[in-house]
Amino acid sequence: MPQRREAAIVGLYEYPLRVNPHVSAMQIKAECAAKALADAGLTWKDVDAVYDTGGDQGIGGLGASEYFGFNPRVIDTTYVGGTSTELQTNHARAMIAAGKCQVAVVTYGSTSHSDRRAIGTAGETGVGVPTVTKNMEDPWGLTTIAGYAMVKSRHMYQYGTTNAQFAHISVATRRHAMRNPEAVQAMTDLEFVGVCEITVDDVLSSRTIAHPLRLLECCMVSDGGGALVIASPEVARNTSKKPVWIIGSGEATKYRTNNADITVSAGAQSGPIAFGDAGVSPGEIDVLMAYDSFTITVMCLIEDLGFCNKGEGGAYVEDGHLAFDDPRKPALNTDGGGLSSNHPGQRGIFLLLEATRQLRGESHSQVQGAQLAVAVGNGGQLGARHATGVTILAAD
Amino acid sequence: MAAPRPQPRFPEPDTLPFWEATKRHELTYQTCNTCHEVIFYPRRHCTACGSLDTTWHVSKGEGTVYTFSVVVQSRNPAFAELGPYVLAYVDLDEGFRMMTNIIGVADPVNNMQCGMRVRVCWQDQGEGQVSLPMFEPT
Repeated sequence: MPQRREAAIVGLYEYPLRVNPHVSAMQIKAECAAKALADAGLTWKDVDAVYDTGGDQGIGGLGASEYFGFNPRVIDTTYVGGTSTELQTNHARAMIAAGKCQVAVVTYGSTSHSDRRAIGTAGETGVGVPTVTKNMEDPWGLTTIAGYAMVKSRHMYQYGTTNAQFAHISVATRRHAMRNPEAVQAMTDLEFVGVCEITVDDVLSSRTIAHPLRLLECCMVSDGGGALVIASPEVARNTSKKPVWIIGSGEATKYRTNNADITVSAGAQSGPIAFGDAGVSPGEIDVLMAYDSFTITVMCLIEDLGFCNKGEGGAYVEDGHLAFDDPRKPALNTDGGGLSSNHPGQRGIFLLLEATRQLRGESHSQVQGAQLAVAVGNGGQLGARHATGVTILAAD
Repeated sequence: MAAPRPQPRFPEPDTLPFWEATKRHELTYQTCNTCHEVIFYPRRHCTACGSLDTTWHVSKGEGTVYTFSVVVQSRNPAFAELGPYVLAYVDLDEGFRMMTNIIGVADPVNNMQCGMRVRVCWQDQGEGQVSLPMFEPT
């Protein structure tokens, strides 16, 4: 079936530093937008759609447009945590296909590390407007990592998945990170104890943060950002690099409900929608960029998108299956992931950046002949409430 | 001395009846009078059908640990010095799932299990204040 090719990623830029106390989040976004436009061979004046979570400047897409100096016809500040960029990218594709805009810029920037935000280990309490969920969770000490650890506990109980199997995700990702100079610099600047490849035993002997999750199963907290330029087929014909087409999209939410299976993510809903939209199956995918806030996140997303049966992810991730140079596809997180390359709080854009680099043939861990890639993000907290956005990309 | 536990804050009308009932050591939940769904967390409306016609009930306070984590590192001042504590979802026998703590389990990393039977116990927060429902093994 010929895929619909209505919008393409034509420009990209990933902010190279993971520690920079001298810039603001908005400065990171503006710099990345300019460099992504340059990558595409487009200019600031070509932009007619703004996609950004918008928070830093106030009044959402209005503040963002003013800061950048854009005059957009489409403004979208969709915010669902770490997968906001997948949703924004999917929405940009739809708006371009509808003829509402031609050149969309998608931006993300954060100074989480320099702000010393303890994202994983401190649920901030006692601030802001009281809400139902704060009132029903804060008294018991929910931390982000503990929320994910509860999903891992249940996965191990329900399917017999072992800590060693989870560790393979960290091991494969670190190997890819060591091939990516920016990831190596990130781990160095963030003072990782060992900037080197790791073993299953290294993961299993790292300290426990929230049982059963250990340090080397948890992502970094960095600064960083990036930008994507998404354009119509007419614009994409004349850009500098080969376009990478957005061919499938899906989005879904899931939250704690009575009797629900916590090991099943919203990806079980959004994954099949995206594959159906794209007219491809998981078995055809060359590169899987799956949000690795923690090992359990990847495990759930691999299963729920149908790369293996539910509960069989433990066996799937063993034996080098995830490596960029393994003949079995897809390769996982070839940039080094949030575990070992880049996680300023919302990793969604980095999934799309590396997926696009792979389909351009520009990755440091290039999958030979890569034609199809999936970016699947997970925003919020897997065990409490989350959104799973899926974007499927195809080489030109 | 650790900082006090985070307390529910008001005005927040959905969970106010739940927290008022804790002062009487009653663990409460709602059902929908239209579609009979069990509603939890508390809401004014039924999350299955949107009806505003709901009834409060008092739970027997017995249930099963659905899943858990033993939290070793928390930077929240109320929990930082607590030592490892057990965060859990408990499935109450009446059909609702709540976040809570499991207490009274020695060496929880080795002794906590999904599927463990538990019952509610109360951590009073002071005269006239709410009480925090936690759970201990039966």
